[in-house]
Amino acid sequence: MTRRTLLKAGLAGGAALLFARWLYTPTSGPSPGVESGPALEPDARAIIAAIIPVILDGALPAGTEAALARGEALAAAEQAIAGLPPATRKELDQLFSLLALAPTRCLVAGVWSPWPQATQESVTSFLARWRDSRFALLRSAYEALHQIVLGAWYGNPRSWPAIGYAGPPSLEIG
Amino acid sequence: MATEILRQSKLPDPFRTGLASGWKVVDASKLTQDRTIEADVAIVGTGAGGGTAAEILADAGLSVVMIEEGPLATSSDFQMREAEAYPQLYQESAARKSKDKSINILQGRCVGGSTTVNWTSSFRTPLSTLDYWAREYGLVGFSAADLAPWFERAERRVNVISWPVVPNENNDALRRGAQALGINVGAIRRNVKGCWNIGYCGMGCPTNAKQSMLVTTIPAALARGATLLTRTRGWQLEHGSGRVTALTCIALDERGTGPTPRRIRVQAKTFVSAGGAIGTPALLLRSKLPDPNAVIGKRTFLHPTVVSAALMPERVDGFSGAPQTIYSDHFLESAAPDGPIAYKLEAPPIHPILAATTLPGYGRTHAGWMHELPYMQVVIALMRDGFHRESPGGSVELRDDGTPVLDYPLSGYLWDGARRALATMAEIQFAAGAKTVMPVRPGARSYASWTEARDAIASFAPGPEAATFVSAHVMGGSPLGPDPRRAAVDTNGRYHQLENLYVFDGSIFPTSIGANPQLSIYAITAKLATGLAQALDRR
Repeated sequence: MTRRTLLKAGLAGGAALLFARWLYTPTSGPSPGVESGPALEPDARAIIAAIIPVILDGALPAGTEAALARGEALAAAEQAIAGLPPATRKELDQLFSLLALAPTRCLVAGVWSPWPQATQESVTSFLARWRDSRFALLRSAYEALHQIVLGAWYGNPRSWPAIGYAGPPSLEIG
Repeated sequence: MATEILRQSKLPDPFRTGLASGWKVVDASKLTQDRTIEADVAIVGTGAGGGTAAEILADAGLSVVMIEEGPLATSSDFQMREAEAYPQLYQESAARKSKDKSINILQGRCVGGSTTVNWTSSFRTPLSTLDYWAREYGLVGFSAADLAPWFERAERRVNVISWPVVPNENNDALRRGAQALGINVGAIRRNVKGCWNIGYCGMGCPTNAKQSMLVTTIPAALARGATLLTRTRGWQLEHGSGRVTALTCIALDERGTGPTPRRIRVQAKTFVSAGGAIGTPALLLRSKLPDPNAVIGKRTFLHPTVVSAALMPERVDGFSGAPQTIYSDHFLESAAPDGPIAYKLEAPPIHPILAATTLPGYGRTHAGWMHELPYMQVVIALMRDGFHRESPGGSVELRDDGTPVLDYPLSGYLWDGARRALATMAEIQFAAGAKTVMPVRPGARSYASWTEARDAIASFAPGPEAATFVSAHVMGGSPLGPDPRRAAVDTNGRYHQLENLYVFDGSIFPTSIGANPQLSIYAITAKLATGLAQALDRR
């Protein structure tokens, strides 16, 4: 490990700890009856859009279908998040806020350009760093992104030919 | 599209026929004003416990109201598509997590509860578990002999049969590999009638072959005049002078995830909590019931499960055919309760979303595994938690919004079990002909031989790097027993501190079961609910 990566890891670790508390301390105790959220904020959508081509590298179709497939994966991810309980959506909102805010995006995620401009390399190393982080919080955030994006793509029949899955059988009778 | 074909299919849907005949079913997401409902018995939850109790109590001539958090979905709605089924039929879209997010928990949330989406595996409670309960928890009336008639009754009711069809290759590889190593295996009995062997049990049975609560006891209770409230969350029990007086319910929105402003007040003479081992403790905790010994929600168990994926030279097609037909109790039967953790071996269905979200890594590594999906063979090891002092399980807590979360810390005792189980599974898979085996853990490495896998697994440091844990069985948290210092409910299932509150579900088990729990819940609930029906009849 070079001095620079060590420094970065230390900074990221410190910031993560700082934000861990914030991330896991719900801001208020809403009484039941007030929570029903819209879909994703534009910032969150940009983050998922940036992560999709990396998590699904090698899985997404090439050529003309590629953009369509990425768009469908994004829409399915958004739909999946909208179907989660309010408490879980709130945690994800906090995660996306952390990733969207420039200082924390740089320090905690190590992504130095805004998400729409982030390179595949920087997103890849962000995912690897969080997956292998010594902080359970960052590991769990990685797992959440992993689950949302992969679930969104492999629920789509467009993904099935490449994995040799013919889809559910027809049960037509009579 | 296949979906459209099925939507127009002519397969019978007896539940819809029943609805047309006037069954009383209320979808609370459509309420425009608050409601009050009266009944002899209010039952929160319609899974294995609630469904069984509803039929027995309705048969006894009592007026019954069933309260279900999830939606009513019936065979015509079951499209065999994970992307539809998981958000519709499972708690938290099949992504429910333990508090530190380290365990993904599959749990049903629909009419019929987990019985609507389970994989039909039917085991009687192991003798070793019943003996342990008698010895350690003083349970009387729950020996194998005491329960035998109740198991027979439950097996008749949900048509538990020896499965006459050849196992699919995913299960047969488990059998073959185990037998090659001298490891005992058995055939899993299933609660099905006229099963088409298509393999989509986890997404709701489209042919009504699975004899879940959705097609057996709930229709029977409705035919007897019971009322079913759906998208209705049993929220708080009102109590005073040693009795529960009413239950406040929250009507949920159309997705069934968020609350609406509408409330339903249920006034009943007797209340049954059957919301499962996360839902029941949550209801009891929210209601601030007397709990002098702080037992509610503690000792909640998961059968924490580790996963081993292999690539086989021939097609496995683990998405096709009855999902679970072979098991091994070799590492359970030989284990002493006070020794290292014991585990049961089974095989899971391998559908795209379930596989993709469970397999580690991303990008080309992950895509490479997914590309081999038809050749993938998977074995799972379910840890028998709760039998050892180093396996106290988890605790159900309430979030600020009153919804529950299970805090389940993973201990060294479990990491040790994970390592042994991963080694066992890899050895079996190589013996069955695997080309490579990947112990499922964040690191996403696979091994090309048994010796390579064995050495690598032995070197896994205990901790989150060693294994990924999942769960499909939640038990405990409101344990049954004669001693109020250790148990929430007495041996009749009645809450120790209140006269007219009963708990009939998997939360009453003092430990995990050590086998898929549905049949244990059916049989023990049948015994307890029959006792309750008799007690109410005498009043």
